[in-house]
Parts: sequence; C-alpha cells; structure tokens
Amino acid sequence: MLGDLIRDKGREGRRGYTLPKLDVEETNLDDVLPEKARRKEKPKLAEVDEPTVIRHYTNLSRNQWGIDTNFYPLGSCTMKHNPRVNEQAAAVPGFAMLHPLQSEGQTQGALRVMYELQGFLAEISGLPAVSLQPMAGAQGELTSILMIKKYFEDAGDEGRTAVIVPETAHGTNPATASMANFKAVEVGLDEHGSVDVGELREMVDETTAALMITNPNTCGVYERNIKEISEVLHEAGAFLYMDGANMNANMGRMRAADAGVDIMHFNLHKTYSTPHGGGGPGSGAIACSEDLAPFRPDPIVEKDGDLYTLVRPEKSIGRMAAFHGNFGQILRAWNYIKMHGPELKSVTDMAVLNANYVRARLGGTYRVPYDELCKHEVLVQPPKGKKALDIAKGLIDHGFHPPTIYFPLVVKEAMLIEPTETESKETLDDFVGAMLELAESDPEELEEAPTHAATRRLDETRAARQLKARW
Amino acid sequence: MARFTPHTEADVEEMLEAIGVDTLDDLFADVSPKLEEDLDLPPALSEHEALADVNELAKENAAALPLFIGAGAYDRVVPSAISSIIGRGEYLTSYTPYQPEVSQGHLQVVFEFQSVISELTGLEVSNASVYDGSNAVAEAALMTARLTKRNPKVAVSEGLNRRYREVVETYGVELVALPFENGTTDFSDVPDDVSGVFVQSPNYFGIVEDIEAASDAAHAVEALSVAVCDPIALAVLESPGNLGADVAVGEAQPLGMPLLFGGPYAGYMATHEKFVRQLPGRIAGETVDKDGKLAYVLTLRGREQDIRRAKANSNICTNQALTALAATVYAALLGPEGLREVAELSASKAHYLADRLQASGFRLRYPEAPFLWEFAVELPDAAKANEALLENGIVGGLDLGDGAMLVAVTEKRTKKELDAFVEVVSNAG
Repeated sequence: MLGDLIRDKGREGRRGYTLPKLDVEETNLDDVLPEKARRKEKPKLAEVDEPTVIRHYTNLSRNQWGIDTNFYPLGSCTMKHNPRVNEQAAAVPGFAMLHPLQSEGQTQGALRVMYELQGFLAEISGLPAVSLQPMAGAQGELTSILMIKKYFEDAGDEGRTAVIVPETAHGTNPATASMANFKAVEVGLDEHGSVDVGELREMVDETTAALMITNPNTCGVYERNIKEISEVLHEAGAFLYMDGANMNANMGRMRAADAGVDIMHFNLHKTYSTPHGGGGPGSGAIACSEDLAPFRPDPIVEKDGDLYTLVRPEKSIGRMAAFHGNFGQILRAWNYIKMHGPELKSVTDMAVLNANYVRARLGGTYRVPYDELCKHEVLVQPPKGKKALDIAKGLIDHGFHPPTIYFPLVVKEAMLIEPTETESKETLDDFVGAMLELAESDPEELEEAPTHAATRRLDETRAARQLKARW
Repeated sequence: MARFTPHTEADVEEMLEAIGVDTLDDLFADVSPKLEEDLDLPPALSEHEALADVNELAKENAAALPLFIGAGAYDRVVPSAISSIIGRGEYLTSYTPYQPEVSQGHLQVVFEFQSVISELTGLEVSNASVYDGSNAVAEAALMTARLTKRNPKVAVSEGLNRRYREVVETYGVELVALPFENGTTDFSDVPDDVSGVFVQSPNYFGIVEDIEAASDAAHAVEALSVAVCDPIALAVLESPGNLGADVAVGEAQPLGMPLLFGGPYAGYMATHEKFVRQLPGRIAGETVDKDGKLAYVLTLRGREQDIRRAKANSNICTNQALTALAATVYAALLGPEGLREVAELSASKAHYLADRLQASGFRLRYPEAPFLWEFAVELPDAAKANEALLENGIVGGLDLGDGAMLVAVTEKRTKKELDAFVEVVSNAG
C-alpha cells in the first residue's frame, strides 16, 4: 500500500545482507577515535531481510509508469526505448569495477570508449572539439556558458554581460545564464514560432555574450533563420550556443556547425537512449569550435601514438565533476551510436514522421498554433473549454503517460507531444483515439480524472505548506 | 531502418499520406542549411558484434582486481538485490515525476532516500540528490552565499578532496585556504567575510576531523558550516547535525554503486528545515490525494528553474534518481547494524595494513591522527610500488606525487590481499 515505508516493515535485529568475514585482528574504534567523534545513537533505518526488500521495492515499482509499461510522449524529453544491450554493456566487470583514478595505462579500454564517443559527437555536430564531462543537460549548458565567459575574460573583453534566451527556452537556459552571473534577456518569436530576427538584431550589441537557442525549438519548430541568427551574433563578436535537447530531430539532416553554432550540448539520455532512470543520471556532453576548445573542462581524452591520455585543455574552465562524467552513460551512448552508424539519420526521420503524423491526426480537433511541418515533437492546445491539465489526467485513465503540459510558456494550455521513433503507428493511432475522445468528453467528468491510477489528483499545496520530507 | 523502430515501408507510406507529403525528405523542407552527405560514422553493428567490442575493450582495463584506491570513490560490496531492483523497467525507463499519479514508485523511493540521508546526517531535510559529491559541495558553497547574503567565498583546507575544491572554483566560488597540519585542519583563524566554512571528515587523507570546531568557527563569523561526510562513516561517527553543522553533503557512491570509472554516482545534501528554500534540487514531500489517501509529490517547486527561470536557486533539474534508489535499497539491506559493520570491518582491515606497513619500516604521513579506512603512507617511489603491485595482480593506492601513497581499504579486502600488498611494497624498496 502507498505510504507503507520500508522502515515500518522490519524488526530490530533483521538483516538483508551478509558481509565478508573479519579475517584480521579487530580494531576497536573507541581506541582510535576521540569520544566526541563517536556516534551515540544509531540511525533509525530499516532493519529488514532481503525478501522483504525485494517485495517492497517491486511493489512500489508497480505504482510507477515508464517507457517499458506505457507510451510516454513527454515533450522535449525524448522518452525513446532504452535498448537492453546497453545495460549489459555497462555491467561488464571490466568497466563496472574500474576506479576513475587508476592510471592511464590501466584504463585504456575506457579511455578509448570516451575518445571514440568524442569523435562520434564531433561528426554528428560538425563541431571539432568535445567534452564528455558534464553530468546532465543543465550542466552541459552551464559548462558552455562558463566557457564563453572565460573566452571573453581571456580576450580582455569585459563588457559582455548579457545572454539572450528566446521566450520558448527551457527554464534551465535563463537559470544557467544567472548561475554564470550573466543577465538573461528575452527575445520574442515571429509568426512561425521562431526567434524574431528583427528583434534580435535590435538587441544584440557589444554587451551580448551569447544567444542560447534550442533547435528545433520547444514549439517543435525548426529555427529556419538559424544561419542568419548566427551571423547577427558573430558580427557583434558574440557566440551562438545551441541547446541540444532536441537533437533527435537533427541527426543526419543538419549539422550545428553548418548552421553557425559555436557550441552546443547533447543529452545522451535523450537522443542516445541512455535510461532516464526516474529523473537521472543523465549526461550532457558538449561540442564546440576550435576557438572555444581550449576552455573545455578538465579532462578530455586525446590520443598520443597508440596511447589514450587524459588532458587538461590549455585554458580550461576547470572541473565540472570529480571524475570523468557519468561514464556509464557515456558507454551506453557509445554503444548505441555504434549500433546505428550513419543510420542515425533514420532515427531522426522516424521521430519526425511520428510527430507529424500525430499533428496531422489531431489537427482540426486540437488547435495547432504553428501548423506547419513540425520536427520531432508537436505543440497543440485543447479545444475551447478544455484544460490541458484535465486532458492530461484523462490520458492517464486511457493508459497513456501525458505529454509535457503548460510548456512552452508562449501559448496557453500548451501540450507538447514527443512520440519518438520507437513507437509504432498502432500505438500512435490508439493515443490519437484517446485524445480525440477526451476532446469530446464532459468537462466536469474530466476534472475527476484520473480514477484508475495509483492515486487521484494530489493536494500539492498541502505538501508545501506542511512540509514532511522524511520519516 | 533504424535498429529499434517498428516502421515498415507500408507504415511509412500510410503515415506520409496522412501528413500530406510524398517523401521523408519533404518533412525536412524547412531545414536550412541541410546536411546532404551521410554521417561519416562506422557502419552499424548488430547487438552481438557491439557486445563483442565491449568485451574486447574491457580487457584493456585493469579492472576487477583487488584495489587500494579511494580518494572519493570506494570499492565496496554491491548487493545483488540492487541491480535486480534498479533494472526494473518501471524505475529504469521513467522520468522526473511530473505526473505524480503514475509516479508514486519513484516518489516514495525519493522520500525514503531523503529519510536515510536525514537519519545519517542528523539534519531535518535532504534533497533528492544531485550529480555527485563534488557538485553537492559546490551547490552547498553557493547555498551558504545565498543564506548569508555574502559573496560566495568559503574557507577550506587541503583536507577537502582536491577535486571537490576544483569544482567549487569552477562554480565561481572563491576559496580561502585554512592551515592544514598533522593531518587536520586548523579552524582557529577563519576570515570574517566568508559565507561558509567547510570540513571534510574523514578528510581527503582519511583523518577524522573536528566538525564541531569548524561549526563554532563558522558561527563566530556568522557564516555557515558545511560538513562533507562519507555516508558509511556516519554509521560510526557522530552526525554532523549533532556537531553543529548547518549543511551536510557528500558522495553516496559507497552506498551500493559500482565504481564504473567515475559515475554515475549521486551527491547528497541535507540541511535544517529553516534553510530549505535555499536547498537546490528536487524534494519529495508527503501529501494526500482527493480521497484523502496518503501520497508523495515533488514539493517546494518555487525554488526550481522550470518555475522561476532566471531567479531559480540553481539550474539543476535532474536528480540521480536511479543511483539514489540504489543507495536506498543498500541502506535497507544493510540496516544500521550492517552499515556499522561495513565501517568497522573496513577500519579493522585498514589498521591491520597500516600496522603491518609500519612494522615493515614504512612511516605513515600522519601517524598520530585518527583514521578509519584510508591513510597516507610515505613511499619514496609510489609509482614503482604500484607497478610492482600490478605485476602481482593488485591495483595499489593513489600516488600523491609527493613521496606518499593514499591507501584505502574496504570490507572487500582479505588478509591474503593485505599481506601480499605489504610483501610486494616491501620488496619494491
């Protein structure tokens, strides 16, 4: 039952794991440590046996939906199938039992994986220099913006205080700009849902450090003026950063470098299929131009003759993490790319086909604010009188995970649907059927949804007002 | 066709027709500039071929050997039950619980994880985890600045993991060096304009530090104290909350996560409830549903980037949900007595090794300072010793580069391995 905590399922003295034996003389910690440093009260943790642990967490998992159990078209999150071969690869002891501080000579296999993935991402983006260290997309953004900041410091160009973000940007973009001590400034959209180039031209000046663009953007629309946008920035000495959250729409169809992008991040957990794990771990590799390459975080992998080595770039911003990034995700993404090769283009094609199919089927009933070709995701609005929240909760009763709702902020009642390439036409047809049925349903009844899930709608205000975040 | 897509040619044709275009290329009519060539990547491999490559490269790593490196990542037991739980598709293939009605599994796990961290640290509130230990330290440094309304400037010593200090600096925080002598930090003279005072215990060299002294020093200058603690050590060491720490952070990797060449791990962060609004990252809280049934939900969301955008207290949006689940399952399997036993086993084995090394004529760098399972031993040529160890199938300690080796001993090491270590190092001169 919900709320039955593991701690309440045990009894003092029960244990779920046997430890290796003590085969040397025992050291009494009371003889070693000052009395003040010794713990007086034992922590109130569960005391349970292994069968109870397995049953508890198995039963909890049954109140959890994932891609494995349900269609999960969460916009901008790329919830594609996670191939199990990658899990097997990450469990191989030759990698799983390798310490990050072992010498280069002892870790050539792991370093080669990193070197090759750096090369793959350079090829896919057209940008020559890569770092795999960022631990998640948001950290890839921060890494990129810190590199741009250091570039200007190094060039003695001190007046660059602003980072421009489109209205459609992910919340992480302005938060990243602030974290790097830039002022985040917003630029509006044109009638296609793309960055308004006229407005941008007015804004960009010698105080601009960069524009953070997501392409395709969070309306699912390709930034058709991206080349011109890059020229506006470059003329002012600023950089174009691309948020690569939506790379699933681009592979083999466009290259960031050709569009004038100077630096970008990838979400290995989105485009390259590493599991989202309930919110992480992710991985947020970056790729950049030669100009920015010396500022990459420490370390990157280089090849010296036959030897793979860890190198600190000449003018590095420093470390973003203690070790080499989320290596487990790096290994999975490397394996995924090796299993696709140039056929990654087909991944993109099927993702875009699926999104456009949903757009075509929902259009007419749902409003499509930018009713042109979409890329890997489609932005829709419910018919008049219906709320995105209610449709979302209604979808749960139909067995579908809701899309992203109320984002992007530029249209009211936004529903951002990203089917991904790993879903079949039949699944999409079922989903569309449910969406069309919900569009016709009684609004008052819909307010009651979900009625078939583990819980009904929750009292979120109470959670915040009467904070209880532990047992 | 791509490897994991269901589309047949007939599917594609029907779907293109429904869309009203003729070809797949037509779907990219708006893309400019277009990539006309194929990606220059190696040809696609089958699963079998790909795995053969993985296994081949794994042989190029000196992995799965008796290992004596720690320095922030430890070769501890990983109970089999963990991989079985975290491999369940429901946990593995879900995302951030934006829809709590279908995400109660992860939400309750986060609640339990937070509870474990609160119990171990003696602090009221924990978040759902951040990227790793170093990022928890960096986020804590920024947190002290927000709470004291001072510039981010923190007092640290060499006792704080060198790599953690580097990450803190990357995040734009100024470091003030505190004196470090005989293996411990001297907190007697902390500058009065710092936002935080950091103490790692056990510190980088394995020595148990005086968290209370750090807290008193911080509070004397109206700064906050941050304790950086190994969660296993907290089974036998007084909780930082009871020693006056305002924030406790650290690396949760020892709680059931494989080494995996540095990640994914999970950073934990805990603090007093009065500081919760400046705590970054996700937090799961208890509430009820429409029928009054107990349930969990992400709460205090007004701190976060997707709501507050440029005014958020961090840009972080993920937590390490899956590795935090591993830590939660580990804590359940071991329980308070098991955690204590892991700490005691490791300490006994480490002290045995240190004693034998000293009996063989080696000096510990800090012979008087109390340590648990990690210590620095003076070796004129640590690199040579490590080469000799590897020839004997042992991965030695971390070469500190200044005539010493940092040696970590976990519960996994056997007397036979420890004796072999002493013998090889002695013979290597």
